[in-house]
Amino acid sequence: MSAQGIGEPVRRKEDFRFLTGQGTYTDDMNRPGQLYAYILRSPHAHAELNGIDISKAQAGPGVEAIFSGKDMEADGVGGLPCGWLIHSKDGSPMNEPPHPPLAVGRVRHVGDSVAVIIAATREQAKDAAELIKVDYKELPAVVAVEDATKAGKPQLFDAAPNNLCYDWHLGDKAATEAAFAKAHHVTKIDLVNNRLVPNAMEPRSAIGEYDRATGLHTLYTTSQNPHVIRLLMGAFVLHLPEHKLRVVAPDVGGGFGSKIFHYAEEAIVTWAAAKIQKPVKWTSDRSEAFITDAHGRDHVTHAELAMDKDGKFLGLHVQTLANMGAYLSTFSSCVPTYLYATLLAGTYTTPAIYAEVKAIFTNTVPVDAYRGAGRPEATYVVERIVETAAREMGIDPAELRRRNFVPRDAYPYQTPVALQYDSGDYFETLDMALKASDYLGFPGRRDEAAKRGKIRGIGMATYIEACGIAPSAVVGSLGARAALYETAQVRVHPTGSVSVFTGSHQHGQGHETTFAQIVADKLGLTVDQVDIVHGDTDKIPFGLGTYGSRSLAVGGSALVMSLDKVIAKGKKIAAHLLEASEADIEFKDGKYTVAGTDKAKTFGEIAMTAYVPHNYPIEELEPGLDETSFYDPKNFTFPSGCHIAEVEIDPETGVVKLVNFTAADDFGRIVNPMIVEGQVHGGLAQGIGQALHEGCIYDRESGQLLTGSYMDYDMPRADDLPNFQVATNVTLCTHNPLGVKGCGEAGAIGAPAAVMNAITHALGIKDLLMPATPQRVWQAINPMRQAAE
Amino acid sequence: MDMSGEYRIEASRDRVWAALNDPEILRQCIPGCEEIQKTSETELAAKVVAKVGPVKAKFAGKVTFSDVDPPNGYRISGEGSGGAAGFAKGGATVKLVEDGSGTLLSYKVDAHIGGKLAQIGSRLIDATSRKMADDFFVKFKTLVTDAQTASDAAEQPTPAPAPAVPEATLAAEVTPLPDPAPQVPPAPIPSAAPAPASSPAPRPGVSPMVWVAGLAIVVVAVLWYMNR
Repeated sequence: MSAQGIGEPVRRKEDFRFLTGQGTYTDDMNRPGQLYAYILRSPHAHAELNGIDISKAQAGPGVEAIFSGKDMEADGVGGLPCGWLIHSKDGSPMNEPPHPPLAVGRVRHVGDSVAVIIAATREQAKDAAELIKVDYKELPAVVAVEDATKAGKPQLFDAAPNNLCYDWHLGDKAATEAAFAKAHHVTKIDLVNNRLVPNAMEPRSAIGEYDRATGLHTLYTTSQNPHVIRLLMGAFVLHLPEHKLRVVAPDVGGGFGSKIFHYAEEAIVTWAAAKIQKPVKWTSDRSEAFITDAHGRDHVTHAELAMDKDGKFLGLHVQTLANMGAYLSTFSSCVPTYLYATLLAGTYTTPAIYAEVKAIFTNTVPVDAYRGAGRPEATYVVERIVETAAREMGIDPAELRRRNFVPRDAYPYQTPVALQYDSGDYFETLDMALKASDYLGFPGRRDEAAKRGKIRGIGMATYIEACGIAPSAVVGSLGARAALYETAQVRVHPTGSVSVFTGSHQHGQGHETTFAQIVADKLGLTVDQVDIVHGDTDKIPFGLGTYGSRSLAVGGSALVMSLDKVIAKGKKIAAHLLEASEADIEFKDGKYTVAGTDKAKTFGEIAMTAYVPHNYPIEELEPGLDETSFYDPKNFTFPSGCHIAEVEIDPETGVVKLVNFTAADDFGRIVNPMIVEGQVHGGLAQGIGQALHEGCIYDRESGQLLTGSYMDYDMPRADDLPNFQVATNVTLCTHNPLGVKGCGEAGAIGAPAAVMNAITHALGIKDLLMPATPQRVWQAINPMRQAAE
Repeated sequence: MDMSGEYRIEASRDRVWAALNDPEILRQCIPGCEEIQKTSETELAAKVVAKVGPVKAKFAGKVTFSDVDPPNGYRISGEGSGGAAGFAKGGATVKLVEDGSGTLLSYKVDAHIGGKLAQIGSRLIDATSRKMADDFFVKFKTLVTDAQTASDAAEQPTPAPAPAVPEATLAAEVTPLPDPAPQVPPAPIPSAAPAPASSPAPRPGVSPMVWVAGLAIVVVAVLWYMNR
């Protein structure tokens, strides 16, 4: 095995370029003759668009063109598609109203696009936008899901009565009712999963370009999945054949899901560039990102858990209202359904589960997948209600969980909500977390804190997530309009260095290192002999991109398949050169040897022979060493873990200090422990951010976004976070060649429930809204203090 | 969103009403007010520069009036557009009640802001609006009570010390209020200006002075609205 192979903490190859400012992000790129687009956006949450007067703006300095939704409509441009069809309880398909790239007739959220101004400079385009007169007729707005379904409330679409997108369910209603009927105790809880703004460090950007000579359209964009954008934009929006459309996603500075989706601006610049025959660049500023990047979460949930007298879970009933925002973003519909309700079994053997989800349109930014996508929401419901149940039953929370964990010998374990877990050991992971957090020492720490006038609490959350998305046939049967395999091409060059062309896309995950480690491990190379190429539909055979912690489990598996093909072909070449039977050839540490002899050829020699086939089995073998694979997973992967948070609260100020945080996770085999730890840290910061800091607030009447900048939207900072205790337990995934499960989302999934369980434990209360700001905590403490006095 | 407030001003109700209808007083009182223009019988445009945290914008405002009942009060509604900065709109009912030697000014407001102003400034606007409202009323009280003092002392042609207003400007902008509003008192400053009530031919429509007052209230109201 190579010293830079699987399991080694190899330093990230890509960091030199990023840390020295040499990354090439979309906005760093400039095309010859490029113009700049600025998009005029609605300041109203809901309004009729009666007229757009561009006469003054057109005469503005540097202005090349101004287009509205009607111009795109006249050109036959289609609406932005939704990639997953959900059917309601009654079998009817979800309401799928049109989503034009530029609004036609009505604007439905603050930030909805009204017109695009294209000018010689960005400033000129902005100035011209000031001169556009838009005749809005304001309409009443609705932003909260609880309001939107009530009678007499503003309606976003004629085709969606009561703003309902779908009314969906999963699980066995009768069995769940029967479980509740025989329950010894029922724990009930009402929860809000707060809306989040994704806040990737790099704002979105897009450049459209059209080559008249070849008829080729090119889109450079900040995307996690350029092939998906090519497919959706080409087939549904602009009606461009794929061989005439190239989509490039170069270095991308963070996505967290928000760059999966096909956004209006991508279609606008691609269309406009062909229309005016000049390259057009659009780059979001931070304010624009707040009102155009798809938001995350935003669920309102009521849940009930039925237990027998020993705390054994009998049934779980969950009712959720999910905010879709003003339009259906690309994968929005599957997030609160198949990525959410299917996870409600958690790590437990709850035999009967029934989930009901209503998806609601509101006058807000569309909501879609955000780090974890459905799984954090599910974990929050399950782990908050389990912790509450433990307190109500007077059972230690760790013990109650143990009583209900899926037993070690129960795998593969079929849940009542569609998934089949392939492997795991929740007992071991829990024990690791308890030990690392010194759970048993908590009472001493609590007493010590009390002497200082502080209130301590400890809370835990276990989680399961379904990653490695996904078996295409399975998701297809559930309404997905896309496949979810991944591709990898391994091109061995004549001198033995390797280029890998992967359909996975890296935007912070470190693929250029981890994928190179897999190649190095398999072929006996160093990571410097391997380049990972991604993000260009002209270079990569095909790809479905990076999200849902799928890159290693799916893209990495495709890579292993291609490497195996390379090694196998090399064996044939080696057998020929070494004049031995193919069956006697062994490949190890970069050498083909005849078993039991010292006769050997290096991998480099084999590669050279493949490309210079002077002495070669040319009758039975093609020259070259270049293999492509498509890997379609057999099942989801199921990373799991146990997170424990310990907080100290200042009763005078309500400030919550996170003093300890322990994450014990099972990600299957780990390729690069340093990168995994980094991924866990980042996820934890986002999960803790949701619990303590972040929250997207709309004015309930006017629909204005009130947390539209970093003055009001509180991102977690380094000094808000403790030194994380991170541990990993390894149970291998049973159905992919690497045994890997995925680690990208875990922190964001486990942390919110753990933190909120710790805070409610400290205060002795049942519930508190996220984010647990000092104000909310102080208000929760104060009535208690008054009652005590 | 509803909000209300009350100020006691040490001046007679007629004087307060007149001051509320005096464009020059209001121009001085509204923080950042640059210009005021009558665009039609029923519309008035004004420009106010407002800075809320990092957002500094010139708001072009438009005001409509109803229920004008001098000197008891009126109902105004208006909206202002700050271009890229967003918009502000709202309405206010203003009432003046005699209170001994002074006047109680009370108002009830509903108002909204939108766009970048709401997105960026929703926290900072709190402090800013408090300050702007205080600035407005402190200045307004000073001007009105100074005028009262000056006028109580003697009917002199000398302008009151605080506002140095060219007479011609004021005279030009003063037009009579519509029927039934004949009892509008003279503008408090400068005392040499012709009183609107003396104008012989009341015209339909609303006095620009009333419009200006409306704008002032809208600006203040919008900012106060954010004091939530």
